[in-house]
Amino acid sequence: MTTIKEKFRSLDNEQLQRLTVLLALILLCIFFAFKSPYFLSADNFLLIITQTAVTGITAYGMVFVIISQAVDLSIGSTIAVAGVACAMMISAGIPLPLAILFCILLGAVIGVINGFCVSKMGLPPFVATLGMQMVLRGLALVVTDASPVYVTNSDFFKKIAQGKLFGVIQFPAIYLVVLGIISAFILKKTVIGRHIYAVGSNEDAAKLSGINTAKIRMFAYSYSGIMAAIAGIVLAARVNSGQPTIATGYECNAIAASVIGGASMTGGHGTVSGTILGALVMGILLNGLNLMSVSQNWQTVITGLVVIGAVYMDKLRNAKSGS
Amino acid sequence: MGEIILEMKNICKEFPGVKALSDVDFTVRRGEVHALIGENGAGKSTLMKVLTGIYRAESGTIRFKGKDFLARNPRDAQEQGISIIHQELNLLPDLNVAENIFITREPTKAAGCIVDDKKMHQRAGELMNRLSINIKTTETVENLSVAQKQMVEIAKALAVDSDILVLDEPTSALAENEVNTLFEIIRTLRNEGKGIVYISHRLEEFERIVDRVTVLRDGTYVDSMLWKDTDIDGVVTLMVGRSITEQYPKREAKPGEVVFEARHVSRGKVLKDAGICVRRGEVVGLAGLMGAGRTELARAIFGADPVEAGEFYLNGEQLHIKRPYDAIKRGMLYLTEDRKKDGIFLDMEVSMNITIGSLPYYASHNVIHEKKARKVVADQIRELRIKTPSERQIAKFLSGGNQQKVLIARWLCRKADLIIFDEPTRGIDVGARYEIYSLINKIAESGVGVIMISSDMPEILGMSDRIVVMCEGRITGEVTREEADQETILHMASNTHTRKREVV
Repeated sequence: MTTIKEKFRSLDNEQLQRLTVLLALILLCIFFAFKSPYFLSADNFLLIITQTAVTGITAYGMVFVIISQAVDLSIGSTIAVAGVACAMMISAGIPLPLAILFCILLGAVIGVINGFCVSKMGLPPFVATLGMQMVLRGLALVVTDASPVYVTNSDFFKKIAQGKLFGVIQFPAIYLVVLGIISAFILKKTVIGRHIYAVGSNEDAAKLSGINTAKIRMFAYSYSGIMAAIAGIVLAARVNSGQPTIATGYECNAIAASVIGGASMTGGHGTVSGTILGALVMGILLNGLNLMSVSQNWQTVITGLVVIGAVYMDKLRNAKSGS
Repeated sequence: MGEIILEMKNICKEFPGVKALSDVDFTVRRGEVHALIGENGAGKSTLMKVLTGIYRAESGTIRFKGKDFLARNPRDAQEQGISIIHQELNLLPDLNVAENIFITREPTKAAGCIVDDKKMHQRAGELMNRLSINIKTTETVENLSVAQKQMVEIAKALAVDSDILVLDEPTSALAENEVNTLFEIIRTLRNEGKGIVYISHRLEEFERIVDRVTVLRDGTYVDSMLWKDTDIDGVVTLMVGRSITEQYPKREAKPGEVVFEARHVSRGKVLKDAGICVRRGEVVGLAGLMGAGRTELARAIFGADPVEAGEFYLNGEQLHIKRPYDAIKRGMLYLTEDRKKDGIFLDMEVSMNITIGSLPYYASHNVIHEKKARKVVADQIRELRIKTPSERQIAKFLSGGNQQKVLIARWLCRKADLIIFDEPTRGIDVGARYEIYSLINKIAESGVGVIMISSDMPEILGMSDRIVVMCEGRITGEVTREEADQETILHMASNTHTRKREVV
């Protein structure tokens, strides 16, 4: 008994946090398994991974921004804009790879503008990206005249989301893994990754250590923009159309995933592996609620509560390690 | 000295893995200034946190004014008559002096609904008079100097009629004349019969103010004695458990050619045509009162603040520095004054703190070579004798001295021509100070030009080859080590021929 206790004590904060999330994940699974016999089926497992993909990919970007002690509320709108742009370009006969490349670039540009507003113009991240959220959502509605853009001239487009590797693994799951590895590599192994942690931990100190903090912020935001754009393309491919009203509030899921995964709103903390766990918690929660036929509206309520709860847990963590 | 007012006995406090206090005794009498000293980590702050209710002791008794005493939190302690004034002041910058003093206990009228401003300012004014402090009660706290803020904190403590005042490093951010004013106030309080607990690293000031001293070491009580029965060497020996023979290590000064020069640096009201010149292997002390513009000059050289005018030369070549990044690239490095605010990454690992200023050295195509970086970190930890359980330790758990060493290590990872140390030993204990001084000397001996900003006069005199003095943004004097003495420098620093300074 004592040895388990000692082992428990020797875990650092981050490991402890990881363990708690894992436990929550298992409890959720047990709960839903009892509620719905379908929950534990292989089909549903693949569905969860696919559903988690969008949350997970956007959360990779979000965690970069959160580590740099900021937040990106424009993610949902970026998803919509990227999806609409992609669908429109394909409908206009532009080759698929080119359309995808352009959308990713668009996401990067949106991110750079966000980063510019925050680091150069000195706007609070909440306000700057909230404004961007409105601008982008508005633009998506304006260019589509508020109606969906259906892709009718390409069979390949929907394959992006609906295709399967070896006829089993859905493509989005692969994106989730590959982008996760890339994100983790950037954060942990590269100079720019370390600099993101430094900026989020103490911006003044980072500046005086010779770090170009504005550049780092713009990078974090453009990474978030790129991830949102990729998620936007995947989502558009899943419904084979560009929907201007899609993904409203998805930034909340991304924040929840990051923070459940151990990222701290006070900056300087967060990992990609934790974020995947967080995204899985969100994915399983929403999937389970679906199976229990809880209405979409109640799901929104629950998501909001989870976000508040997760950020509160983060607050408690900080209070504990602060003194 | 009056009767015993506070008695702490056999206080024990444990944190996971560390025994922070074991069987510590501490008593305070009315009308005494009682210094509580010890190296960083000796348990001074922990003991005071137990007293003011931030921590709960595992065992031990506290008696205050003849009764058992237990504070639930600092505010509760204050209401019961024990106030603590921290190094980091806890005032609300946007409110005025009177509002800060009476926060949460504002005098009211109309059945407690409306704040009685007139009465509040009147009572605040009375407190100010009692302490002979010359600050307007309508002044916004943000506009006050550190010294003035500290005095407002003291007034705030008196407003609730505290019997014991704990002053945590009260002079570490003060200039000489401000220290005198503070000491006057402390003497007034002593004469009123208050018990003053005085925590400070500046032992040389004790002569002027301290009645009794209690020494802690590694969380244990060492000894308690009257100051008149001991001296600095005596208590230092008790603090470190060995005797330190010299405060400042010796160095053979061999200044070479001029490595850096700044001329005609101006920025708003804070820098007026200032300039400084440093030779290779030379330590130039930059002295002055608070707000003289020393840190501002350093930040201007480093590119941290934009300047309106100024020429900078490194090895005879003119530089155009726009941001710290440019300065660092040219080998001009700056160790900041406020370690916690803009120096160290408190919640990051030691290894990250050391390598963050030089990551591109261990990276190719932006990807870091873990092995190379780890080796550099291990070398620095060994060479600078940084006391840390491992390179993965979080920086905030290191002592102030070791944090400072980590910051020095950060810059030693780079090639440097000029290093500016801004208050390198502020808040650092005697033992670690000596090591920091040795490091600075070693850096200078390796041919680097060193500028050392310090408000600690003995440190300036003990370390510098040449001393440059600033006042109100201007260079007001320069003396060699041989010519320098405390009086000359103070004279230059207060620049007596300019208008009479407003003394707080």
